[in-house]
Amino acid sequence: MSADVADISADVAVIGAGPAGIAAATRIAESGRRVVVLDEAPQIGGNIWRHRAGAELSPDARRWMDRLAGTRAVVWTGASVVDVRSVDGATGFLLTAERGRAACRVHAETLVLATGARERFVPFPGWTLPNVYGVGGAQALLKSGVSFAGKRVVIAGSGPLLLPVAASLSRNGAHVVLVAEQASLRAVMRFGLGLWRRPQSLLQAVRYRADFLRTPYTTGTWVASARGARAVEAVTVTNGRTARAIACDILCCAQGLMPNTELARLLGCVIERGAVVVDDHQQTSQARVYCVGESTGVGGVDLALVEGELAGLAAAGSTVDVELLRYRRAPLSRIAAQMAHAFALRDELRSVVTSDTIVCRCEDVAAASLDPRWSMRQAKLYTRVGMGPCQGRVCGGALEFLHGWSPDAVRIPNEPALLSTILAGSADMSADSRNQGA
Amino acid sequence: MNAPTSVTIRVDGRSLRVAEGTTVAAALLNDGWLEFRRSVSGESRTPLCGMGICHECRVIINDVEHQRACLVTVSEGLRVTTSAATP
Repeated sequence: MSADVADISADVAVIGAGPAGIAAATRIAESGRRVVVLDEAPQIGGNIWRHRAGAELSPDARRWMDRLAGTRAVVWTGASVVDVRSVDGATGFLLTAERGRAACRVHAETLVLATGARERFVPFPGWTLPNVYGVGGAQALLKSGVSFAGKRVVIAGSGPLLLPVAASLSRNGAHVVLVAEQASLRAVMRFGLGLWRRPQSLLQAVRYRADFLRTPYTTGTWVASARGARAVEAVTVTNGRTARAIACDILCCAQGLMPNTELARLLGCVIERGAVVVDDHQQTSQARVYCVGESTGVGGVDLALVEGELAGLAAAGSTVDVELLRYRRAPLSRIAAQMAHAFALRDELRSVVTSDTIVCRCEDVAAASLDPRWSMRQAKLYTRVGMGPCQGRVCGGALEFLHGWSPDAVRIPNEPALLSTILAGSADMSADSRNQGA
Repeated sequence: MNAPTSVTIRVDGRSLRVAEGTTVAAALLNDGWLEFRRSVSGESRTPLCGMGICHECRVIINDVEHQRACLVTVSEGLRVTTSAATP
């Protein structure tokens, strides 16, 4: 069986090839270390630098991707990480991934987790209808080739992502009918004013707004429900006093971003407030496991790049540029903290959920079958909530908000995989234990 | 700028010409598909997250089940089977 398993050894394995992972891998490779980078997407770049082959990229993105391509780093795209564990009795980690139908194993002394963030979805009646996407989800679909031309689009939810997505959908021919932010105008303004130290961010926001000037942008407004026969046809938004229905072809709705922490939790790293805890070197509570970018707290691309560089240097044992990078990291980290506060979710989002609203889309578990007094573990055992292919990645964020349930323990496989892939990870382990026993 | 080259894929046995470099999810959405998979209670589902998290876009690709259509780029002759073609 092991004949068709690709094995590779590296000093460092970087999981995730968004900006943070690219920066980390580049610094590691430039320091003369062997590094392998894995990402499950067909191209590197993560979500913010998602692009089709040969398509235009921002100069910053191009520069980083070229810089990585100029190193000896091994890049595996289309590779889903199925298992990662520390190797007993030896230093380092064994990582098992699936690429196409083939299993691959990476033996690495150090790990850099750059797993990014996903959107937080809070259910509402009609959210499972076809053509209801996330906000970043719509952006990702646009970048992977979906045409929005001539479509009436409502964008709703929360956070700084609403503006750039409205702008890029408009530029690509969508008729953006409404942009609705659930946070109050006061909260949004306070966040805007807090950006005075970074005028370039404010300027960017103004530029985005200019791209969809004819579209109303409202605050303190959220989705109450969506309806349609075969796909979404209309959405009802409310400000708590008045509700109105808006016809649309596509609804984009998500409540901000939340860090992807599954692999960090699998490795036993300490998590606080939903993000991976790191020290000044970006090292987690586990030795030789670093974490960078959105997984350590949502802070945007500039912070992700700096964190990636710092972790890359630390993982490679280099001190070049470290002081300068730390100096650049501090103010970016402060903005990230302000953002989480400004776009806090309002309680009313819970009240739109009705008894038959599906909460877990994998297992079709409705809100009424979940007792708020349960824990996530109990809910899983009683209803199968969070036990489908996404393993609670969607409903987990919802249930944390709706009922205050913390995520349950992470188990392998990290992603659905062929049995032969899962066995490839454990076969190696049993070989190791045999060697130790001998 | 050159027009993007296209490839032909087969969706539920029907030929579909799509621009090179797009994902299977994009190809199906652009063709107006309103069901990638059927949920356990019988609802039609299409992609939600667009980035490999939600698994709502899973289809059969080249006879391999449970493939996330948003993570696979189209290639000449690629075969997609949605729940519409399965009982």
